[in-house]
Amino acid sequence: MPTMSTPSELSTLIFGRLTLDQLPLHVPIVLGTFAAVAIGGIALLGAITYYRLWGYLWREWFTSIDHKKIGIMYIVLGLVMMLRGFADALMMRAQQAISFGHSLGYLPPEHYNQIFTAHGVIMIFFVAMPLITGIMNFVMPLQIGARDVAFPFLNNFSFWMTVSGAVLVMLSLFVGEFARTGWLAYPPLSDIVASPDAGVDYYIWALQIAGVGTLLSGINLLTTIIKMRAPGMTLMRMPIFTWTALCTNVLIVAAFPVLTAALALLALDRYVGTNFFTTILGGNAMMYVNLIWIWGHPEVYILILPCFGIYSEVTSTFCRKRLFGYASMVYATVVITVLSYLVWLHHFFTMGSGASVNSFFGITTMIISIPTGAKIFNWLFTMYRGRIKFEVPMLWTIGFMVTFVIGGMTGVLLAVPPADFSLHNSLFLIAHFHNVIIGGVVFGLFAGINYWFPKAFGFRLDPFWGKCSFWLWLVGFWVAFTPLYQLGLMGVTRRLSHFENPSLQVWFVIAAFGAFLILLGIVSMLIQFWVSFRRREALRDVTGDPWDGRTLEWSTSSPPPPYNFAFTPLIHGQEAWWEMKRHGYRRPVTGFVPLHMPKNTGAGIILAGLSLVFGFAMIWYMWPLAAISFVALLATAIGHTFNYQRDYNLPADEVARVEAARTALLDSHG
Amino acid sequence: MADTTLPLSSGGTTEPLQFHVAEEPHPPNGTLLGFWLYLMSDCLVFACLFAAYGVLGREYAGGPTGAQVLELPTVALNTTLLLLSSITYGFAVLEMQRNHQRPMMLWLTVTGLLGAGFVALELTEFAHLIEAGNGPQRSAFLSSFFTLVGTHGLHVTCGILWLIVLMVQVSHKGLIPANKRRLMCLSMFWHFLDVIWVGVFSFVYLMGVLP
Amino acid sequence: MFNKPIRGLLAMAVVGPLAGCQAVLLSPSGDLALRQRDLIIISTLLMLIIIVPVIVLTLLFAWRYRASNQNAVYDPEWDHSTRLELLIWAAPLLIIIALGALTWVSTHKLDPFRPLDRLAAGRPVPADARPLVIDVVALDWKWLFIYPEQGIATVNEAAAPIDRPIRFHITASSVMNSFFIPAVAGQIYAMPGMETKLQAVVNQPGEFEGFSANFSGDGFNGMHFVFHGLSNEAFSQWVQQAKSGNQALGRDAYLKLAQPSENESVSRYATVASGLFDDIVTNCVQSNPYCMGRMQAITEAEQSVAADVCTAPLPQYRQTSRSANGADHVHPL
Repeated sequence: MPTMSTPSELSTLIFGRLTLDQLPLHVPIVLGTFAAVAIGGIALLGAITYYRLWGYLWREWFTSIDHKKIGIMYIVLGLVMMLRGFADALMMRAQQAISFGHSLGYLPPEHYNQIFTAHGVIMIFFVAMPLITGIMNFVMPLQIGARDVAFPFLNNFSFWMTVSGAVLVMLSLFVGEFARTGWLAYPPLSDIVASPDAGVDYYIWALQIAGVGTLLSGINLLTTIIKMRAPGMTLMRMPIFTWTALCTNVLIVAAFPVLTAALALLALDRYVGTNFFTTILGGNAMMYVNLIWIWGHPEVYILILPCFGIYSEVTSTFCRKRLFGYASMVYATVVITVLSYLVWLHHFFTMGSGASVNSFFGITTMIISIPTGAKIFNWLFTMYRGRIKFEVPMLWTIGFMVTFVIGGMTGVLLAVPPADFSLHNSLFLIAHFHNVIIGGVVFGLFAGINYWFPKAFGFRLDPFWGKCSFWLWLVGFWVAFTPLYQLGLMGVTRRLSHFENPSLQVWFVIAAFGAFLILLGIVSMLIQFWVSFRRREALRDVTGDPWDGRTLEWSTSSPPPPYNFAFTPLIHGQEAWWEMKRHGYRRPVTGFVPLHMPKNTGAGIILAGLSLVFGFAMIWYMWPLAAISFVALLATAIGHTFNYQRDYNLPADEVARVEAARTALLDSHG
Repeated sequence: MADTTLPLSSGGTTEPLQFHVAEEPHPPNGTLLGFWLYLMSDCLVFACLFAAYGVLGREYAGGPTGAQVLELPTVALNTTLLLLSSITYGFAVLEMQRNHQRPMMLWLTVTGLLGAGFVALELTEFAHLIEAGNGPQRSAFLSSFFTLVGTHGLHVTCGILWLIVLMVQVSHKGLIPANKRRLMCLSMFWHFLDVIWVGVFSFVYLMGVLP
Repeated sequence: MFNKPIRGLLAMAVVGPLAGCQAVLLSPSGDLALRQRDLIIISTLLMLIIIVPVIVLTLLFAWRYRASNQNAVYDPEWDHSTRLELLIWAAPLLIIIALGALTWVSTHKLDPFRPLDRLAAGRPVPADARPLVIDVVALDWKWLFIYPEQGIATVNEAAAPIDRPIRFHITASSVMNSFFIPAVAGQIYAMPGMETKLQAVVNQPGEFEGFSANFSGDGFNGMHFVFHGLSNEAFSQWVQQAKSGNQALGRDAYLKLAQPSENESVSRYATVASGLFDDIVTNCVQSNPYCMGRMQAITEAEQSVAADVCTAPLPQYRQTSRSANGADHVHPL
């Protein structure tokens, strides 16, 4: 390992390969970012201390096992990381717009390569996944009439493990460097020979630690849906969002172990010197590519399915009409779930698997578009003969429908192997997957955030800034990515930080302008949060049912009490709350019973913190620290199992007090 | 889906429907299901390791072949120990269901000792291989062999640790429902490792010694 | 007043994406790429049959059934129609059946490993045509082309006579790359320790851009080359030019060349060591224990040899191929 200075043996023992050289003191961009983050961070911590919020945050949020609060924390994590991931995107767009001919732009390749790797990793693992998990966490138990998830402590632990992974990725910005391999870190490029630095180790440990959280959260939510539905809610009466959450969590449980295994083998190659993916001694790098995509393709559906669920809920609410084709929606979701395992090879037709294998995977990929198409038609016919209110969530949904179909079309095009031989790894591919991920996943998440925000906080989001955000995103998306489709057809490949051909530049400039519009869209959304908070009294949702909703979460107050429902609901049909309203259901105001509730615990955040230390120590070869933190981790986990008092009884009086307050509020607003 | 929806057009003439339950219902405990789901995900990790072994198991890279380094007699003993430990765990569960704590603890001790014997034998086997220069770095075959067998061994070690913790907890708290649930989870874990070992034994050892 | 800019914008919107003269994938110069282009267009048109109506209907329904339009029919309980649901599953199904059939046939016909069946539309490959073999090696970060028949080699430049089938044998020295000349044919991965093939033909003379289409590290930007489509005479001249130089590509020269370097200029070699390409594929250019051919021999020989092979030299070898300062010498084992 080449190091600039020769540290003493003791410092090597304690700090491993971490030396002062690893701090980016010579890179002005990173240093500036570090200064900004440090000042912002100190200001934030100072403010929390000044307003004496630490105790509140610790008791009410960090140690909370309430699925609603954990869901909200997931969403905050996702939005914060989105700012980082998007900053990376802006830097890439700026570099590609100016780096032509003699101008090398402002980012040298070794920096640019970290940026596109970090952009992909952050956007998928620390933006899309937390947002998806957050919305499922918040909404799903409410939709099935449960008091919490099946394993409340595990939920808290999962969240903090995801945070630890995110912190590791952020640390790599200032201590050492991140991987320069692309977001899936294919060996041999990611092996110890080609990437001896700490970057790939940051990648491995961040994803492994966050992966534990994701897997446990998947098991947790799956068990919740199977075991904890309110009486009467048969599978075919579950709201579509819950159905998609079910399928997504099946995918998580069945796909993430493959990622864990693939990354573990890569780590063994790097740390122990095994030969799984090496080019010598019998290793086989193609196996990594297969394994990573056996996880990677289901991952795409892990992201998109819950968004399909959100669109379904939004469409039927704002069209004021039952969802068209509930059963075919369910079957389509299940078919997609199964098929998503049979298509992974379409990510590398160009590896030369032979025509029969390639066409098999090409055709299975196309078959997925059939249930997806059926879903689009279902939303279309839900709109048909409806009474459509163009609230912000509905705008995102319509924006999705016209955007996503184009992305779907280019996706099927890429599934035709001979066409893929020309378009693979080109900017056409980049445009395609941003088309489905932004047009499908991101739009869906924003629809969901706008839709369920009043449920979470008790006031609606300001529609004006919401509409600004929507239009800027929609227009910005098309301005940013249409040029990329065109550039792909012009034979321009991905991950380049410099171009020779000046005729390409105009397209990159247009794309950069599109990214700027998206930036304005993100700023509008932040303004929307701020303005809505300021105007929260005017936007107050007193009824708990601001949109005249149809599913169970709208039957309780906004925000819901810790126990969600004073009485467990009894379900008679698909649209539980709609039917309650149709039958003139009256909220019970007496006869409350004590409720069994889980207790808060700090074990999750402590375990995740120790995992973070362990990961960091492993990345920098600080073996003693790694050993200490590992033993501490084990001891804390075992210690936690000696805690048998994990629940408490919420007295009936307390329930009665909360419910009486709501009754008074409802009465005062007529 | 007509049968799952209400006839909403029927107006107010029918009997009013009940929309909540007055008593707090107790949803079935999800621990065993959740743990089983975890085992299935763990099973997939093993599936990947098996797949890796399937791809690389004949890549000797000039190093030794399975026939040259795998010692079937040791493995036969190993397998016997692990299978026996599954049986003794079964006896422990039977005693647990009869609420007989002392015999249960005895059977758990036997289980743990058998498991420890298994791990010790495996470590000896590994040490011999590494001493002879046939460590996991030697070839892709040995990499995948050490990883698959070692991951299983690591699981058994975790199982033993868990077993000890549980025995302490039972001796403190007795056979309360929470402890019984935990014993059932460990039982599933233990038998699961047995099933995996049957796969390892047949796929790696028996087929490995074939020329 | 506004007519002119608007018309200009419209023209750009329509012609821009179809600007065939710019988009190399839409106006290629090789038959394989041309057939891939046709496939792209046919598949897109097939899918537009369903995509266009969906977009139009979405916007139409959104407008017609807006809440303020009290004239539109409102039917809040209508949520099922067997006939309609059959239709919405059947319509995509039919398109996919058509597309699937097209995929199956075209994937087999345009398989890069398969010898060409024609030079261009209506021009079958002559019975006596011998394909030109070009061995391609992706190095860090440049392309090496070996012409076994002509006995020459070039770096970052390749050429082939037009209308003669070409057979590329492709591998890589250290990490994965993708060999791509968009004007001539689709890409195929270049992987260390493995050999992929691409059978193609170039139909028009010209200079075409070739590059790596799979990210391979810090020097990736500069990993492009020029591919010349030449007449037979011009190709012979090009070969002669290479032969007239005095550089020879022996094994040592190759090992030196394989060291990481960025933005290499074109160079040519008059002679090439025999069997070099096969040695690159099997990792046997230098005499070392990781050479696949030799490993096989060891497997069959004594165990003891294997034992001392694995102990000491491994870490040293692993540092050679891509150490940070690429000029480092290679450790011969």
